[in-house]
Amino acid sequence: MNDSHLIIDHVTMDFETNSGPYRALDSVHLKIDKGEFVSLIGHSGCGKSTVLNIVAGLYQATKGGIILDGTEVNEPGPERAVVFQNHSLLPWLTAYENVELAVNQVFKKTKSKTQKKQWIEHNLELVHMSHAMHKKPDEISGGMKQRVGIARALAMEPSVLLMDEPFGALDALTRSHLQDSLMDIQRDLKSTVIMITHDVDEAVLLSDRIVMMTNGPAATIGEILKVNLARPRHRLDLADQPEYNGYRSEVLRFLHDRHAKPDVPAKVA
Amino acid sequence: MSMVMKLKNISFFAPWFRLVNVETRQDQINSLLKNIGVPLFAFMIFLGLWHASANSVVTSLGKVPGPSEVFVQAQSLWGEYKEDKVKESEFYKRQEVRNNKKLEKNPDASVKWREYRGRPTYVDQIFTSLKTVFTGFIIAVLIAVPLGVLTGLSQTLYIATNPIIQIFKPVSPLAWLPIVTMVVSAVYVTDDPMFDKSFVTSAITVTLCCMWPTLMNTSMGVSSINQDLLNVAKVLRLNWFTKIRKVVLPSAVPMIFTGMRLSLGVGWMVLIAAEMLAQNPGLGKFVWDEFQNGSSNSLGRIMVAVLTIGLIGFLLDWIMLLLQRHFSWDKTAANR
Repeated sequence: MNDSHLIIDHVTMDFETNSGPYRALDSVHLKIDKGEFVSLIGHSGCGKSTVLNIVAGLYQATKGGIILDGTEVNEPGPERAVVFQNHSLLPWLTAYENVELAVNQVFKKTKSKTQKKQWIEHNLELVHMSHAMHKKPDEISGGMKQRVGIARALAMEPSVLLMDEPFGALDALTRSHLQDSLMDIQRDLKSTVIMITHDVDEAVLLSDRIVMMTNGPAATIGEILKVNLARPRHRLDLADQPEYNGYRSEVLRFLHDRHAKPDVPAKVA
Repeated sequence: MSMVMKLKNISFFAPWFRLVNVETRQDQINSLLKNIGVPLFAFMIFLGLWHASANSVVTSLGKVPGPSEVFVQAQSLWGEYKEDKVKESEFYKRQEVRNNKKLEKNPDASVKWREYRGRPTYVDQIFTSLKTVFTGFIIAVLIAVPLGVLTGLSQTLYIATNPIIQIFKPVSPLAWLPIVTMVVSAVYVTDDPMFDKSFVTSAITVTLCCMWPTLMNTSMGVSSINQDLLNVAKVLRLNWFTKIRKVVLPSAVPMIFTGMRLSLGVGWMVLIAAEMLAQNPGLGKFVWDEFQNGSSNSLGRIMVAVLTIGLIGFLLDWIMLLLQRHFSWDKTAANR
């Protein structure tokens, strides 16, 4: 029972508001295996980010908890690295120094100075940022900032990588480049990833499982879709595959038909 | 890239290149006319108005000085400084000759080396003022920045201290000075004081008046730090001290600089009043002495001081702006 890598164990979350407690999440239960890529999808306001923040330890669940490799975790830590939606790089540090801050903290005693330097450069190379590693966030594009954010998270050597709509703020072309990079990295590193998204194509392309959440209040997991597409996946090949389109429409039906946002008229995709 | 291209990109050389280049010459001339010509023209008008109106007011010390009288007084102050420098070097020369003679006669003779003690000149007074204002300012920053960080981090501490800050912020230096004078006299008692009491009193008064902008801006800069950056610190499990040093302080640096710039401006402004009352031998005392002196030159000399004070204040602000541009990561903040 407890042999899963990460268990989100019946997590319920109430927020205190002026008009009494507001139940954001109701008994969210999910088990994730090592190396699995899981995306959370749902309408905005359904509590996807709340789930992620609880896993990260930034929020404390009202009921239930998070179990990582058999141990309950209550506070943030580098083994659950977060890639934030708006990169969250320290604007006064260069790309290299941003990653360095993380590496110096996580490998304070375990790596020598040269090892740390190599490790920082290695991670920036993984996200194709070697050419601009001494630039500050102001001097690079949004996509590049997000790459550095991913490099910083990867450099913590996390057992779970948490991504909060990592490509949400990027243009479509940059987004697809980064999705491809992320797939390459995940294939090589076999990292466990939880990613929040509201992009159906992104979810199907990247995930092993898509967790679809119902609308709040008291949001919970509606359905889980297993994506059995062979890896490596290529977006162009997939576009013509009936299985791919099947998964797409499955997610779309959930979002726009069975769990349409109450304030928007339901439409079938 | 050729050397010429490199030089072109240095901001100091850029206008000259544009002036030499035929295509951009007209633009550059227009921009020069606008940015230098217009202020120059306005300044001429100002001098004209001053000249015309000054002589129509007659005081007990004679007419209010116009620009030309003030210029004469500025020259005379500079002349006095030069004269004093000559006197000083002659004094040391004489002393050396005298002592060497003594030593020639008897190598074991005890000789005295005295320091030159002339009346402080105008230039000395400027430097005394600068020394005093920077002492007060640095003490203010050393108090205000840590305090601002603490009040910025803790909502409770902010609520607790805010009323106190708001009450003390608008207090004039003239109100503080008597209290500071009495406290300094009571507390700062040594036989061989390193600093004059008047200096300590003036500097502390400057501190009391100029710490508030830095304190409030630091506090605001720290409390408005991006929550995501704090989350990064949490995920990395930075300890409190590292979090402050690596995340909170750098994040607040643009605001801290803005506060420090305001503080130095306030400090320079209140210094003159403080020196007048405390008799610290700086520009404030110069103005006061000239006023008491009441010769026909006094108003002109005070006017020189007024212009000097303004010019130095302007320079101090400019230096702070350059420092801010250099050290602050948020380059847009320095243009405000």
